[in-house]
Amino acid sequence: MSPGKAAKATTHQSSRASARIGPLVAAHDPALVLDVDALLDDPNRNVIVCCGSGGVGKTTTSASLALRAAERGRKVVVLTIDPARRLAQSMGIEALDNIPRPVPGVVSTGSTGGRPGGSLDAMMLDMKRTFDEVVQGQASPEKAAQILENPFYIAVSSSFAGTQEYMAMEKLGQLDKDARKTGRWDLIIVDTPPSRSALDFLDAPERLSSFLDGRFMKLLLMPARGPARLMTAGFGMVTNAITKIIGAQVLTDMKSFVAAFDTLFGGFRQRAQRTFELLQDSRTAFLVIAAPEPDALREAAYFVERLRQERMPLAGLVVNRASSNPPGDLSANAAMTGVEKLRTSGEDHGLAAGLLRLHADRKIVVEREKRLTRRFATSHPDVPTAVLPALSTDVHDLEGLRRIGDLLGAQVDHGSRRASTP
Amino acid sequence: MPEVTPDGGQGAATLDVMPAQEKTAPAPRPADRTPDWPEVQLHIVTGKGGTGKTTVAAALALALAARGKSVLLCEVEGRQGIAQLFDVPPLPYEERLLARGTTGSGDVYALSIDAESALLEYLDMYYRLGRAGKALDRFGVVEFATTIAPGVRDVLLTGKVYEAANRNRRNKGARHYDAIVLDAPPTGRIAQFLTVNNELAGLAKVGPIKAQADTVTTLLRSPRTAIHLVTVLEEMPVQETGDGIKELSGGGLPVGGVIVNMVRPQDLDAEERQELLDDTVDRGALVTSLDKIGIPAEDELVDALLEEGRHHAERRRLEDTQRALIDALEVPSYELPLLPGGVDLGGLYELAAALTEGGLA
Repeated sequence: MSPGKAAKATTHQSSRASARIGPLVAAHDPALVLDVDALLDDPNRNVIVCCGSGGVGKTTTSASLALRAAERGRKVVVLTIDPARRLAQSMGIEALDNIPRPVPGVVSTGSTGGRPGGSLDAMMLDMKRTFDEVVQGQASPEKAAQILENPFYIAVSSSFAGTQEYMAMEKLGQLDKDARKTGRWDLIIVDTPPSRSALDFLDAPERLSSFLDGRFMKLLLMPARGPARLMTAGFGMVTNAITKIIGAQVLTDMKSFVAAFDTLFGGFRQRAQRTFELLQDSRTAFLVIAAPEPDALREAAYFVERLRQERMPLAGLVVNRASSNPPGDLSANAAMTGVEKLRTSGEDHGLAAGLLRLHADRKIVVEREKRLTRRFATSHPDVPTAVLPALSTDVHDLEGLRRIGDLLGAQVDHGSRRASTP
Repeated sequence: MPEVTPDGGQGAATLDVMPAQEKTAPAPRPADRTPDWPEVQLHIVTGKGGTGKTTVAAALALALAARGKSVLLCEVEGRQGIAQLFDVPPLPYEERLLARGTTGSGDVYALSIDAESALLEYLDMYYRLGRAGKALDRFGVVEFATTIAPGVRDVLLTGKVYEAANRNRRNKGARHYDAIVLDAPPTGRIAQFLTVNNELAGLAKVGPIKAQADTVTTLLRSPRTAIHLVTVLEEMPVQETGDGIKELSGGGLPVGGVIVNMVRPQDLDAEERQELLDDTVDRGALVTSLDKIGIPAEDELVDALLEEGRHHAERRRLEDTQRALIDALEVPSYELPLLPGGVDLGGLYELAAALTEGGLA
């Protein structure tokens, strides 16, 4: 399927009402368990894309996966979009300079499983600079300078709806090309931008091509391309309306931008197409990240179905921040009854009552989260899933990332079904 | 959730026959204290992803309505978060009654603003571009303007909010609202979202677009607007809140309050928490208490309870650190409890009551 057709249908919100794709009745099999280490160790897997809605821990998960893969012997580069300051500090990528730099403190001796000889580089995406570099790489120096100075370009490159998404994909394409050429990396892990919708980055290349390919762009270019034989009454009306609304000067800026950009159009479209193909390639794997909350899981379900539709290889779902079930079979109701009894006893049982109340709340949360994840599994039974417990402290150093990596790796035990790779 | 919704698949086609979706429920009772933001007509609610921005916006709308106000609750990201929260079919580009109090005159209307509809409505209202409007659509100008042209999308979205806040004769028969609550883009994008009018005005130095952008900016910077930031007591969201406040005030935008969402229950006092952390809890006393109420105090259960307690104490200690950081921001803050059962309609009314008591509404 061309990116065009599929993306077009999903650009607008109405398309959210797309049909459900999945089993029509529930199966009784337990959900598949995601084998993270098998995924990270697979030498034929060169790109892992982590996606999901905002606030579910995408960046931390990407960084943890990257560290684990490196310590298991892969040569990894992780592209983060907007890491928390302390996490960025601990990875040594505080400077937003678009250059992958080695992360200090990575231990890759093969002692923790896997092979020795791994390495980890990390970088933070600089959207504007990436865009500028693309322009400089595609155009002659004079033309590039002309484009970079255009007020319309400056606005597009810094606040274009979807520029961050597009540039993340552009950067992925570049890293992949570098990796193949130099052999510096054999695994690229990509964090995706905190978009309105988790899917914006999939649509970004298509959006840019539709911008460059759009009828409106063609209209803007037409006068520059020769006899205005297509200057229909309709077009006159349109330019009049535009001039009336935005003013002639903006239109002039736009026209000179389009004229200068014209020669780059083909290049941009080709790159967008190539990135889309890379995403469909079996060298790539998508991990959908979610939290055990209705919104995040709804977004995850939408994403899973969309990836299917685009024939993109989905490796599994990671549910972060799940509350862990306290041992013992004391139910929430029994605990609350106990609290009530302690309250009416007239004696001081503050600690016991407090602990029982916490226990009851915890049980309720665990039950709700389980119900939510189970429902996801019922409608997407073939999606291998890893469920990670919430940690009681925030993660901002390699040790914390390593701990999450261990939890990710500990999902599979011998008793459960192992997921075959997609 | 992935279950099939009754309206799944059809979207716009079913909107015309959608019955009025009203929820009648006991509105939270206004507390005695006067609200902290009496002058504010436009409440903009932002927050890091996952902090419950939409929930807080909805609760705030309910709390304002409970004071007898007619409130418009808007969303601009096409996520249909409001519809999901209130369990009604997806909202169209049309103001729909969402909730009305059983007592008093307050009500909440909801509107999902999308840039395409806002542009066509704007053109129609100000330029009477009946035929030309359609031509613009045919020539791809609408698509261009709403998805590609820098910032135009955001300008259209804020422009529609402005229109709802300043109803004039051009929009005949439109409702007038006492307050508008905007479920805005996340903290990371909010300053850009609200200042894009300037950027656009910079790009278009003359003409109606510039005039329009300037009027919207004037409202957004006036005391009639307050931008509230939702956070949870965790490091990243709190840091982002601080950054957001700096960015907003730097841009001359009026910062409202910080709403601290999902605050853990305060079941254990400081001494008990310290004992749990130090592992100096009187285990015997705990066993006695459990025995007394007929809960078999097996080692496994006692260990589990203590472990949960320790986890809670650790989290609370982190929360206190973060709370201190929020206090240092020197903006009013409001706390909302964590609802163990998740946010359903009932929970939403509880949160609205908490906002009323806290003085946000």
